[in-house]
Amino acid sequence: MTKLLHHLGLYFIMMNKVISKPENWSIFRKQLALEMEKVGLNSVSLVIILSFFVGAVVSIQTSINMNSPLLPSYLVGLASRDSLILEFSPTMISLILAGKVGSSIASELGSMRVTEQIDALEIMGINSASFLILPKVIAAIFFFPFLIIISMGIGMIGAWVGGLSADITTADFMYGLKYEFTPFYVNYAIIKTVFFAFIISTVSAYFGYHTNGGAIAVGRASTNAVVTSSILILLFNYILTDIILS
Amino acid sequence: MIEIKNIEKHFGNNHVLKNVSFLFERGKTNLIIGESGSGKTTLIKVLIGLHKIDSGIVLFDGVDFNAIKTKKQRLLRQEIGMLFQGGALYDYMSVEENIMFPLNMFTEKTEIEKLERVNFCLKRVKLEGKNRLMPSELSGGMTKRVAIARAIVMQPKYLLCDEPNSGLDPKTAIIIDNLIQEITKEYNITTIVNTHDMNSVMEIGENITFINKGEIWWKGNKDELLNSNNKELNDFVFASALFKRLKKAK
Repeated sequence: MTKLLHHLGLYFIMMNKVISKPENWSIFRKQLALEMEKVGLNSVSLVIILSFFVGAVVSIQTSINMNSPLLPSYLVGLASRDSLILEFSPTMISLILAGKVGSSIASELGSMRVTEQIDALEIMGINSASFLILPKVIAAIFFFPFLIIISMGIGMIGAWVGGLSADITTADFMYGLKYEFTPFYVNYAIIKTVFFAFIISTVSAYFGYHTNGGAIAVGRASTNAVVTSSILILLFNYILTDIILS
Repeated sequence: MIEIKNIEKHFGNNHVLKNVSFLFERGKTNLIIGESGSGKTTLIKVLIGLHKIDSGIVLFDGVDFNAIKTKKQRLLRQEIGMLFQGGALYDYMSVEENIMFPLNMFTEKTEIEKLERVNFCLKRVKLEGKNRLMPSELSGGMTKRVAIARAIVMQPKYLLCDEPNSGLDPKTAIIIDNLIQEITKEYNITTIVNTHDMNSVMEIGENITFINKGEIWWKGNKDELLNSNNKELNDFVFASALFKRLKKAK
């Protein structure tokens, strides 16, 4: 318990330093563009591949489980749509991004800490936490929702392809996709994603920024970042779903 | 000049610095020597606020570093150049970008002016034309020289060097030592070098402090060092056969 409070205290002290006005706006913009590329653009291909195949598998599994004359075949499109929008795209993709982006943030900052690059920033009179972490947090908060929207779209294409292989006609599938569509579900997914982006970027940054030791410590920081982010994503997924959808 | 008074620092139960007081003079190469784990690096980090002190005072030309607000501390830090043990160059930036970085952050100079200043500093450390190299392409000695160039680019009033010769061959180490001493004289800055390299001590030691078990054990210059009767100091300085012979010859 004491350890948890210690970590929480350090996290909030770090966040207090992170959320401050950048010292030089032109350098901040350059850093932000770099982070958009690292945190966001570099994850697009992974999101596309994952979403396509998971979408296809969801559709095939749904069609197998609904193989009854009493159930209309358009249900496959409907079930795939809701699974992708409500859970797979915002939560599962965020968990995967916690592994990819979270470990990258933690190991980058951890390496900078053990090679004294962060100390060098401090000596120059730069707020290192704000300089290094703020662009990552903003990049994640702005870019992750786009990744999730891409994931929803590609996932549905995958579901359509999967549906075709399970003998669901395009017309039935499209009817199911549009059937009683609730646009608020997309907003719900984006709200969740923004929270998850904040958790992934700040928790990973916390573990990387507070690395103490050598190469093993960097590895440990990276593992802790992924594990803690994943647990927090699952916890907040439950809390946010309860608050928003109940 | 930098003055420290009655500095105390603990890490948990480990009492790392015990009532340390010293005056680091301007225009001189002030050396802190001592065994590994004696508190040298902690002392340097305490000076610049990377470690918080438990008690005591750190004065930069009369300004109490720990009594001023964070914003003012950051302004003061812009007057400090620091050479880290491993160089601490940003590995995603080229040599030129590394040196230009403080200028980009804190000055309103034009691109041409900044480039001129970078080239001047590179020339000063004898690395002209190496602007485009990445840190991964540099040797240990070159990394240290680029780090020196970055440390002096803002024309600091204080230069702190944490084991500048660690991992370097004796010839390159002498080049780095001489460079540090030349820069100290040239710009009349307060330089503190933290080392356990006795060649450096004999080369540039003007104002030497020996730290042992977190306490200041001895102060003096390199001539006084050779004639000292302090047992702990002699055990440290004359640990090698070469220096033992030097002492006997004296």
